[in-house]
Amino acid sequence: MDTQQWATLSNNMVAAATVIFGLACIAYLVEWSSSRRVAVAAPVAAEAKATAEGTEAARSAQGSATAVKVAATGGGGDDTQARRDETAERFGRIGLGLTVLAWLCLLVGVVSRGLAAERVPWGNMYEFATAGLLVVTTIYLGLVRFTNARWLGGVVTGFAVCMLGLAFLAYVPAGPLVPALNSYWLFLHVSAAAIAGGAFTIGAAASIFYLVKSRAERETPEDGRDGYLWRLPSSAAIDQLAYRVHAFAFPIWTFAALIAGPIWAEHAWGRYWGWDPKEVWAFITWVVYAGYLHARATAGWRGKAAAIIALIGFATFLFDFIGVNLLASGHHTYSGL
Amino acid sequence: MTQLSDKTSRTRDFARTAPPLPPRQFARWFWRQLTSMRTALLLLLLLALGAIPGSFIPQTKVDPAAVIRFGRDHQTLTPIFDRLGLFSVFSSPWFSAVYLLLMVSLIGCIVPRSFVYFRALRARPPKAPARFDRLPASTSYETDESPDEVLERAGAMLRRRRWRVDVDTPDADAPETDAVGVVRAEKGFLREAGNLTFHIAAVIVLIAVAMGSLWGYKGSVIVVEGEGFSNTLTQYDDFSAGGLFDPGELTPFSLQLDRFDARFQIGGPQEGQPLEFDAQGTYVPQPGADSQPFDIQVNHPLDIGDSTVFLVGQGYAPVVTVRDGQGEVVFSGPVPFLPEDASYTSTGVIKAPDASPEELGFEGFFLPTAVMDGNIPRSAHPAAANPALALFVYTGDLGLGSGLPQSVFALDKDGLTQVQTADGKPLRLLLQPGQTAKIPGGAGSISFDGVRQFARFEIGHSPGKLLALGAAVLGIAGLLASLFIRPRRAWVRTRRRDGRTLVEVARLDRVSGADLGADVDQLTAELRQQRPEPPPTAAESRKG
Repeated sequence: MDTQQWATLSNNMVAAATVIFGLACIAYLVEWSSSRRVAVAAPVAAEAKATAEGTEAARSAQGSATAVKVAATGGGGDDTQARRDETAERFGRIGLGLTVLAWLCLLVGVVSRGLAAERVPWGNMYEFATAGLLVVTTIYLGLVRFTNARWLGGVVTGFAVCMLGLAFLAYVPAGPLVPALNSYWLFLHVSAAAIAGGAFTIGAAASIFYLVKSRAERETPEDGRDGYLWRLPSSAAIDQLAYRVHAFAFPIWTFAALIAGPIWAEHAWGRYWGWDPKEVWAFITWVVYAGYLHARATAGWRGKAAAIIALIGFATFLFDFIGVNLLASGHHTYSGL
Repeated sequence: MTQLSDKTSRTRDFARTAPPLPPRQFARWFWRQLTSMRTALLLLLLLALGAIPGSFIPQTKVDPAAVIRFGRDHQTLTPIFDRLGLFSVFSSPWFSAVYLLLMVSLIGCIVPRSFVYFRALRARPPKAPARFDRLPASTSYETDESPDEVLERAGAMLRRRRWRVDVDTPDADAPETDAVGVVRAEKGFLREAGNLTFHIAAVIVLIAVAMGSLWGYKGSVIVVEGEGFSNTLTQYDDFSAGGLFDPGELTPFSLQLDRFDARFQIGGPQEGQPLEFDAQGTYVPQPGADSQPFDIQVNHPLDIGDSTVFLVGQGYAPVVTVRDGQGEVVFSGPVPFLPEDASYTSTGVIKAPDASPEELGFEGFFLPTAVMDGNIPRSAHPAAANPALALFVYTGDLGLGSGLPQSVFALDKDGLTQVQTADGKPLRLLLQPGQTAKIPGGAGSISFDGVRQFARFEIGHSPGKLLALGAAVLGIAGLLASLFIRPRRAWVRTRRRDGRTLVEVARLDRVSGADLGADVDQLTAELRQQRPEPPPTAAESRKG
């Protein structure tokens, strides 16, 4: 295939991925709504706190803290209940299957874009968005594979549809790069930023779920606990997942923004740090996420406040990626806009 | 830091209700507040907030021309912004106050924690809690083995896994029911080491950056093909240096630009996009040394001694010859015109102060690929395919005799009159290479002889650069250790019960997240199944 054919394939695959992400999102939403009256038999929230009676009980609660156990209440003989339960599960699986398909399309789209442009496929805003979403989806599917994290699907696929939609607005045909971008640091700096950004996205999704779930845990009486929310892991387990994803992302972001970025800036522009708008916002993002990690170790800031700081951090990351490209002028203006 | 902040929050509550503190206690209270995690966190968020205006309001150090434009467009806001230091946010007193407080808070936190850490390094694993069933994960079993056998094997097993282990064997003289033996084990000391390393590295990075801005220098210069540059202050177009910089330290090199190549995309969707810039020539590292060839490209700077030469810009320098009313050549040579857009429509001025009877000034555009857009010439492509020079002409006093410094890229029109055509419109000369135009009224003529390219080099030295890089890499290593190493504790306790040995195993982490239950299970299973083995050597027992 010649570069033009690769470019066409890439465009088609990214478009297909967008549509399939949309369908996956709908499937997840159906799962969500059809489990509205599904009640939960055993409080899954039982964390292995010091309250656990025997060691045996503590162990089993720990082991299953992330596993969602759903059972019908009222003696288990309620047919409607069982049917709803089954529908929810079916649509959850459909959503996951569609997400895998969309991920494959996006993977082909990103790889063929690289073949079309004959370079790494993250040289402008459109390409960074597609490559970044590939990372987001990869991390999501990895989490689904190794922990039970399917419940993140609705938010992740919804975000993917929105971002791919926005990416089309920033579309530029595949082509060569300006000389300043022509460096192997493009590979290191931008791929690290994309991986960190992808993980920040998952972390933000988990933080939203954490805020919703912990609020519900505080305010919902024992007998009112039915619906999709109660099929999710406990807020403590969600918080743990959010922390792990952020802890994974933060060192990579540090490398991208504070090591690889300055080295490349030095080579290309003759200074390693010059308070260019992109640099300012990358720094702000770094500082806010550093604040998140500190907040989790500070009395009175754990939980809600830390989750809100994580969401602010994600907002600054999105602004760094989108807002700076659109509003500010600086050295990083090769977004193709 | 958690412990510290818990303590300070108590102190603060006390301070709220109590009568004013005497100065010493107040200072103590203030220091505790400043070095608390809560304050560090607020300062971090304040630092992020404070950086925001720096990305929206033009900064003098980043783009001085944009600051001047902003001043023209916002006459009321500008004085207020100026007073608040918003045009140089990152060196403003309030931004400096935030990061200096953060530094003090950081150091005030690192120093005591380092002492605590070094004490903890020498400390032995902690005593076992009285009741294991209160711990998050524990289990127990009975065996016919003697307590000593169990303890020895547990100790060896944990040492092999690089735990720090102490074994308290049961008191031989005590009655059987009281004879309790414990293996105390601890690991994961590198977490706190990593944490401290990361924070110390952050301080070193700041120091290195400060070094760069105190002793470093940076300047830029335009060099036209066929011309040269020697590294002295007077040759720079603009130059800035730190407060402790000594101009005598400038590396005494000189360079000669022989050839500049620029390639642009032709055709396709990215028509006109730059593909490659390449500056070639020779340089002499220091007076008397042999000259060496150089090939400087974007992303491929040239190191000469302490200084580094970067290629940061390029453009065209039309070569012109200006003759005055007497026919004397009053100016001849290339004049750099600064590119204004992606098609390299460039602006510039030509000054001929020696012309008589009146001084001559020209202002206008250079168009690498000129096309006529109605009556207005514009450039269609950045490569010099059809170069043209469009100039307006001025006569009078250029103002160069006033002694005030003047930009070579602008005309001071106070003493100048624009030359007009017979019908009263401003005269515009449109020249192609080889053409000459006469200025009406016998003021002289101008010839457009050809086009050369110029390179804009940035030359600089930032001491502390490698220190900053090294510290940043160290910081990441520390960060990884502090995020992914877990401080862990484990205990194995034996008691005699009815002639058998009751073995209890428990685990406790100081950070949440591990599957402690599975850990305890694994430890126990191994302890029960493992065959006895030789006691650890002295060298092994010091490990951990």
